[in-house]
Amino acid sequence: MKVADLAPQALRARLQGAGLRLRTGPAVFAVRSRLDAVADGIALHYAEHDSPGEDTFSDFHVSVDRPRGLRRWWRPQVRFLFDGESPFTPLPGDQGFPMLEWGLNWCLYSHLHRYVILHAAVIERGGRALILPAPPGSGKSTLAAGLVWRGWRLLSDELTVIDPARGDLVPVPRPVSLKNASIEAIRAFAPQARFGPVVHETTKGSVAHFSPPADAVRRATERALPAWIVLPRYVAGAPTALTPLSRGRALMALVDNAFNYNVHGVRGFETLADLVERCEAFEFSYSRLEDATALFNRLAASAALRA
Amino acid sequence: MTRRTEAMLVRALRDPTVLATLDMPGWERLLREARHADLLARIDVLAQRAGVVPPPGPAEHLQNIRVLALAQQDEVRREARFLASALAPIGVPVTLLKGAAYLMAGRAAAAGRLFSDVDILVPKARIAEVEAALMMHGWATTHHSAYDQRYYRQWMHELPPMQHLHRHTVVDVHHAILPETARLRPDSASLLAAAVPLRDDPRLQVLAPADMLLHSVTHLTHNEEMSHGLRDLSDIALLIDEFATDPAFWPQLVLRSRQLGLQRPLYHALRHAAAILGVAVPQAVAVELARAAPPPPVALLMDALWARALRPLHAGATDTWTPAALFALYVRAHWLRMPPLLLARHLTIKALKLHEDRPARAGA
Repeated sequence: MKVADLAPQALRARLQGAGLRLRTGPAVFAVRSRLDAVADGIALHYAEHDSPGEDTFSDFHVSVDRPRGLRRWWRPQVRFLFDGESPFTPLPGDQGFPMLEWGLNWCLYSHLHRYVILHAAVIERGGRALILPAPPGSGKSTLAAGLVWRGWRLLSDELTVIDPARGDLVPVPRPVSLKNASIEAIRAFAPQARFGPVVHETTKGSVAHFSPPADAVRRATERALPAWIVLPRYVAGAPTALTPLSRGRALMALVDNAFNYNVHGVRGFETLADLVERCEAFEFSYSRLEDATALFNRLAASAALRA
Repeated sequence: MTRRTEAMLVRALRDPTVLATLDMPGWERLLREARHADLLARIDVLAQRAGVVPPPGPAEHLQNIRVLALAQQDEVRREARFLASALAPIGVPVTLLKGAAYLMAGRAAAAGRLFSDVDILVPKARIAEVEAALMMHGWATTHHSAYDQRYYRQWMHELPPMQHLHRHTVVDVHHAILPETARLRPDSASLLAAAVPLRDDPRLQVLAPADMLLHSVTHLTHNEEMSHGLRDLSDIALLIDEFATDPAFWPQLVLRSRQLGLQRPLYHALRHAAAILGVAVPQAVAVELARAAPPPPVALLMDALWARALRPLHAGATDTWTPAALFALYVRAHWLRMPPLLLARHLTIKALKLHEDRPARAGA
């Protein structure tokens, strides 16, 4: 059944009981939490996701809760636990939902070593995927978010999951995380985007999520072949500029942004080299999202004509 | 949790053919227990050897951990040779310990062993030269606070971990297998004198079979963190299975435990290896080591503590007493490693510094 088919009480009962099963991309999570922010966030952003029964095999058992003891009252924190262990520092305040999202990402990129996983947004149009590897702050999520609201399908805003055996990309459609000024930019650009509350005081500044479009969630098992690698850079006031990038530098950008390149040895290199081989690569600087999305839609249309 | 469920990982280690009989909830429980105990890659190897084909979901997790385990093993093989090259000019052979030794010597205990670093043993008189040689080859000390440096250099049996500047790999350079401050002080010179060079690279050597087992035993009984207790016990079981095919092994083990003053730790370890993992210990050995047992009330308490500490440690397999047992063993391990005043001082400083030891911030 879909998460949206669960009554609010039933959703909370699962979160506080054996765990809500949540299928997202290549994994099923069992999520436990007593926090309202987590229950509300899941009800809002995962409405279209499949929630299989409690007897379904779960890949990861996770929880987001407040630590016990003094910390419950004195400068309250939230912590993420994977099988009862905390992979990162608790965070202050009401960061329950962002914490869940970071934790789910962590589970995927630190365990799914049968894939090569990049820290990169990935979207698809006409069967061709556009990979946006870039460090935080470069505007990759903003650009991906803009394109998602102009005809592109969201595979993921954080994780590009490459299957080395097939060379294709595995979607992980989940809420899209935006920071600081990007939040208002996308609200203005796509009024139909369904945003959750803005959470302040995270290590990244203000963070808000919008729900993945229903179509992206429905097509979660539909893989895509990579076609473009684009290193985006938001520069205030800059004109829209797409500059070809050498294959060597594109490869290095992928390696620099890979989570688990080191565990794949020669096969990791070959996987990324093959990927670069089949892609066109560019550097891209922009300031106006409308111009940027128009440019990539022309790129996709001309690729479709050539095919 | 019933006794049957809490023993899932233990049952699989004891008899891998039970893997063929697991239902899906059984697999899920096993994977969680095994991952927590750092034994997931070993379960993968045992499943393959038993010819078990896991259902698709669990199979993917075993495939994931296989990729990681093979990568780590490749890395340890490379590092061992880099270390050998670094120390060759000063004529110090690299004596590999623990996982790296099992791997490079082709021991059965290498099966599905994961690594965070490489441990080596060198003569104490050469430790400064060794550190300098490693620095020449790109390793640098970590743990820069003055207290940590003093903790390692004055009281411990190893240098602060050294990390390679380019490869980020870590080597722990030991000059003994237990701390300077410990009650038991097995003689490192005797261990090194009996070490066995590797056939394909004599710059590398490993401890002789009985000594290798005894080191694994001290690692189990003197470690503060019991989260890998079952992993250590499984290593011990695999080493014994392999070594015991040589009839000279058991007498040699008893002799070496006496020479090195390690009869009590060996008594504890064999007792639990037999009780938990079904390791066959000859009657004569058990009788001989029973003389090294603590007085009966202490022995009973120790049994209760160990029984909890060696259970798979995820939330489902613990009971009310587990945290207390783990804390007691944590204090005991320190107690064995340091005299009381030093221990009190060290634990106080550690407690005040706890906030510095937090894991990484949430990212991505």
